[in-house]
Amino acid sequence: MTSSLKKNSANQYTDEKYRYGFTTSIESEQAPPGLNEEIIHWISEKKNEPTFMLNWRLKCYHAWKKMREPRWSSVHYPPIQYEEIIYYSSAQKQAPKSLDEVDPEILKTFEKLGIPLHEREALAGVAIDAVFDSVSVGTTFKEKLSKLGIIFCSFSEAVQQHPELIQTYLGSVVPYNDNFFAALNSAVFSDGSFCYIPKHTRCPMELSTYFRINAAKTGQFERTLIIADEGSYVSYLEGCTAPMRDENQLHAAVVELVALDRAEIRYSTVQNWYPGDAQGKGGVYNFVTKRGACRGYRSKISWTQVETGSAITWKYPSCILQGDESVGEFYSVAVANHFQQADTGTKMIHLGKNTTSTIISKGISAGQGQNTYRGLVRIQKKAAQARNYTQCDSLLMGSHCSAQTLPSIEVKNPTAKAEHEASTSKISEDQIFYCRQRGLSTEDAVNLIVNGFCKEVFKKLPMEFAVEAQKLLAVTLEGSVG
Amino acid sequence: MNQNREMLAIKNLHACINEKEILKGIELTIRPGEIHAIMGPNGSGKSTLANILAGREYCQVTQGSIMFENQNVLTMAPEERAQRGIFLAFQYPVEIPGVNNAYFLKAALNAQRQSLHEAELDAVDFLELAKIKLKELHMDESILQRSVNEGFSGGEKKKNEILQLVMLNPKLAILDETDSGLDIDALKIVAAGINAWKKADRSVLMVTHYQRLLDYITPDYIHVLIQGKIVKTGGKNLALELEQKGYGNLDSLQLTAMHEQRQ
Repeated sequence: MTSSLKKNSANQYTDEKYRYGFTTSIESEQAPPGLNEEIIHWISEKKNEPTFMLNWRLKCYHAWKKMREPRWSSVHYPPIQYEEIIYYSSAQKQAPKSLDEVDPEILKTFEKLGIPLHEREALAGVAIDAVFDSVSVGTTFKEKLSKLGIIFCSFSEAVQQHPELIQTYLGSVVPYNDNFFAALNSAVFSDGSFCYIPKHTRCPMELSTYFRINAAKTGQFERTLIIADEGSYVSYLEGCTAPMRDENQLHAAVVELVALDRAEIRYSTVQNWYPGDAQGKGGVYNFVTKRGACRGYRSKISWTQVETGSAITWKYPSCILQGDESVGEFYSVAVANHFQQADTGTKMIHLGKNTTSTIISKGISAGQGQNTYRGLVRIQKKAAQARNYTQCDSLLMGSHCSAQTLPSIEVKNPTAKAEHEASTSKISEDQIFYCRQRGLSTEDAVNLIVNGFCKEVFKKLPMEFAVEAQKLLAVTLEGSVG
Repeated sequence: MNQNREMLAIKNLHACINEKEILKGIELTIRPGEIHAIMGPNGSGKSTLANILAGREYCQVTQGSIMFENQNVLTMAPEERAQRGIFLAFQYPVEIPGVNNAYFLKAALNAQRQSLHEAELDAVDFLELAKIKLKELHMDESILQRSVNEGFSGGEKKKNEILQLVMLNPKLAILDETDSGLDIDALKIVAAGINAWKKADRSVLMVTHYQRLLDYITPDYIHVLIQGKIVKTGGKNLALELEQKGYGNLDSLQLTAMHEQRQ
């Protein structure tokens, strides 16, 4: 890039612009730091859980004790001190029964974030379950949904109210000993969202969960379980933020999706955890296990994610295509700016006949960012006529960032077909000059080019979130051309 | 209209690319309504001149001045030049994958309108305008929904430049080798588009290698650029002369140019 352009963008826009970086002062009830059997008993007791939950947590804890933190990904970070993390933090002494009981400070925080909890203010057509640190603070539109038989509540509530569903499905997609972070989550998770869509029901609104880490030195371990019964449909959106803190915060979530015959789940994420400052200090470590099981005939699960935050992202939303003719999709935009590291991708496991999967991954690297796509397409013996299409595109901004694509394709059925395309490009000086010659500023030109690059993914997001994602991307990448 | 008013005034322009001097004292004045053509052999500095006017940063101006409507162009960012009415039709239009042509055009048009403190066009008004212009250009509406220049043929890219030209309606259009890579039908469409757009107060600076484009767009002046200097200026007949005798015939002029330079 030429000198004047560099000057223009580098000096002008390097301010850190994480506008969600405020903290809220509220009294919270916390577990002492560290993890042992006692803490798990304490958490389970706090949540007044039935014995099966306590036993499950303990089983997970013991499995986790024997596991080692994975080191196979491309991300680098100093060792996490698990004994220093606070595993449970609640702003409330007891779970609130209605919105009136919720701490006004918490409600204010959510308002600052732009998520009014009160139904009259809530975005039309979006029901939100908000998780603050570890406890779910309120679910909007609950009554309206329950008339249709749709259950949308906090995980804690589901454990109390629908233990049979929890017992049937908890850990059925992500086994308790699946991986180090999933096992840790299973042992200590404090809350999250639960959703059940009954047979032949189309959920009339977007369901949404909003996560926020507030308390210092807290880990957030939430768990989401969505079950779409036969012939049902649900679209779900997850959004995340955290305050700016110098130390790193750990987020290890587990999301399990189950789609039965002809059911469809669309799961969209806009992840904007604090990425750390421009020098790479602070930020959220995001180690997440997300997996969906297409159990039924012609079931469909679609993951769409826009990952702009976190110091480290380690995340592979996956689909297990068990049902014949089931469909799995993964659409992803992952940004790594400054010192962010993103190691993300998907796994598509084809078990049933005529199963299809589509993977569209768009990685954007800027600053010193490091972006890795890691994917696995496995077509098992019985998956006759299975199809996969994978497209991985990387966009580089500047010359200190990097991108790598690590696809793995295993085909065990001769009638299967897997296609893979990959490209790496740079935002060229020519493109920017072309836009400027037509009267657009450099920043507008960059946004235009980046949005064009991400278009295939953005158009999969629900409309209002696509707009939000575009704005987020613009803020995240400000000043990164040079 | 005052015919003596200068739209563009280039004085003693010297410029380098990677420290190699490409332009060696260009003098050129364009008044409103005039069509100028700059011709010359490969490497004479024609495209460099076009790019400098647009603000391309790899070309460094070492001496001289460029004024556009009495404003110093050299201190303006490329987007400001564009907003003030300098348009460059690119020799190699750039592809922007995933960006809808209509969206791009609308963004460009509104950036210009914003700089002029005019109200932005909404999607409906924009589309209406675009459809009128497309019709005038005998171009298919489908071009609006395609990504900017992506997968376009050479001819389509050049036509798209002309669409942008008529939509943005600049004061000065610089055409950098717009005839290159065009078949005769495309050339006719492109030339007709430019002629239809060109009004009494609009000016054109064509940079071209061949006489071909000049058969369709008649210049008021032709300048011959050799080794970074304008060695000859004439009317439209000069092109025919060049076509017949080639630039080689101007060797003597070239020598004069070099001689002058030494002095």
